[in-house]
Amino acid sequence: MPVPISHFVVLAGLLFAIGAGGVLLRRSGISILLGIELMLNAANLALIAFGRQHAQPDAQVFVFFVMAIAASEVAVGLALLVAIFRRIQSIDVDRLNILRW
Amino acid sequence: MASIVFYLAAAVALVSGAVAVSHRNPVVNVLSLVITFFCVAVNYALLGAEFLAAAQILIYAGAILVLFLFVVMLLNAPEVKAAGDARPFQRAAGLLVACVLAAGLVLLVLAPRFPVPGVGAAGDAKTIGRLLVGPHLFAFELITVVLLTAMVGALVLVKRKH
Amino acid sequence: MWAELAVTAGKLVAIAATILTSVAVMEWVERRGAAFIQDRLGPNRVGPLGLFQPIVDAVKLLFKEDVTPEAANKWLYYLAPMISVFVALVTFIVIPFGAGDDVTVLGVPLRGLVVAPDLNVGVLYLLALSSLGVFGIVLGGWSSNNKYSLLGGLRSSAQLISYELSMTLAVLGVLMATGSLRLTDVVAYQGAHLWNFMPQAIGCLVFVTAAFAETNRLPFDLPEAENELVAGYHVEYSSMKFAAFLMSEYMNMVTASALIVTLFFGGWTFPGMGAFTGWPLFLLSLASFAVKIAFFLWLFVWVRWSLPRFRYDQLMRLGWKGLLPLAVLNLVWVSVAMVMKWI
Repeated sequence: MPVPISHFVVLAGLLFAIGAGGVLLRRSGISILLGIELMLNAANLALIAFGRQHAQPDAQVFVFFVMAIAASEVAVGLALLVAIFRRIQSIDVDRLNILRW
Repeated sequence: MASIVFYLAAAVALVSGAVAVSHRNPVVNVLSLVITFFCVAVNYALLGAEFLAAAQILIYAGAILVLFLFVVMLLNAPEVKAAGDARPFQRAAGLLVACVLAAGLVLLVLAPRFPVPGVGAAGDAKTIGRLLVGPHLFAFELITVVLLTAMVGALVLVKRKH
Repeated sequence: MWAELAVTAGKLVAIAATILTSVAVMEWVERRGAAFIQDRLGPNRVGPLGLFQPIVDAVKLLFKEDVTPEAANKWLYYLAPMISVFVALVTFIVIPFGAGDDVTVLGVPLRGLVVAPDLNVGVLYLLALSSLGVFGIVLGGWSSNNKYSLLGGLRSSAQLISYELSMTLAVLGVLMATGSLRLTDVVAYQGAHLWNFMPQAIGCLVFVTAAFAETNRLPFDLPEAENELVAGYHVEYSSMKFAAFLMSEYMNMVTASALIVTLFFGGWTFPGMGAFTGWPLFLLSLASFAVKIAFFLWLFVWVRWSLPRFRYDQLMRLGWKGLLPLAVLNLVWVSVAMVMKWI
């Protein structure tokens, strides 16, 4: 008996919630970016599950684009983190609460 | 057989996802995220999207997480203390939001509207390739511009001013 | 169903046994070949022509004391060589070793000893796994808690991901000509047309060079150089874990040779194979595949002892400014040739 699509979407929802928890609860910039990546993956999984349900391959093309965007966002986010680290020698995002150094 | 693989992959994905966002050592976080991405790739293969399963490992586990690992190792920042020591209200609010989100998504999805999947669409490279240069050509070209912008942006951000 | 499982298990055992034996043989070939190129004798005490030297080396490594640095991260320290060995072994399930849909054992067609012949995305699977090999190295470098290891590990991973790009583009030329991602289709295409290194010579050159860089072999082996970086990322490893790293390097060499042969030199096809069918064809194709891989393994050894090592900046410059434009040029050439119906 094949696995119903709803199970895949439930998994995607739970992964999204875990990622969201990571973003909201962590102070290290790297952990926040990791949580964002997890959320993006959960969204991809949901997209493919729904694409399978409606028998449309366009969902896979969307996921392809989301992967490319995630890669670009990670590159820029990590570059920002490295630049910030050079300034304040820390990646704690709570210390970024002033408008100028 | 497929359901055993799915439940195993789902369980491992959830556990390693939880480790990835909660462990204090950043290298362990990245490695458990690798395991999570592997399980998600297995799920893609179960749903018939085998090209994307291979692409997921190639792009996410093989490139993006290596980049994360590089930055973690080069920055070598001291481990940031857990969030609980100074901001209990924020921690409670964050946990509440995550739990509400999880519960809401699960309840929404378990409503009996999803039929059991039939054959589904093909997931091989030819289908995706035809779609990319056919109906979605404009988005494809735009994505290349986005990637170029990100590359240039990342290089500009880390350039040292002499 | 049980017959299929038995045949698959048999294939896996046969492949694993062959790979591990070839690792031991490669060690002997490396040392005798180095001696031959350097005009000296090499190991000749242990058994005839020194043939038992790898066995003796393995026993020596087994009995060495297993030292773990005190401040090293234990889990990652043990995990790193395991990842390297795993990635090196698992790539073999999609490589076609021989001909033959018409050779059956226990009523199950052998399909050329390919464990997973119908994998739609065979080539992508190989590329994905080789990009996972980076983790073994970078974790080995970092978890040793030693600045030389860390530098070696980071340099090696930067080198690996740079040359991965050119490798993928070179493979793309082959895929365009073949029209399918399955390795069995690639070999079948080369059986029907010219072997791919002739129409795509630039692509072949780029791929071979990138394969040298991906396996961390000279002239690209700065990350594990003894005299520059105190042996780089495996300096703190001893005994079996060090043996595991060495084994994974030789296994990667065998994988790279198998890939070069499958993608550019016709795989198991050989001229005049139309005259054979069934078991003779299968055995002859296995033999031809083995001969071709042996040639490329010798090439790896030959180049190692003939060329000096690249400096790190020269290495990166060659990867990004030399090989990548050449690979793109190869793609353009293949596109033109396909439009003009030359390929």
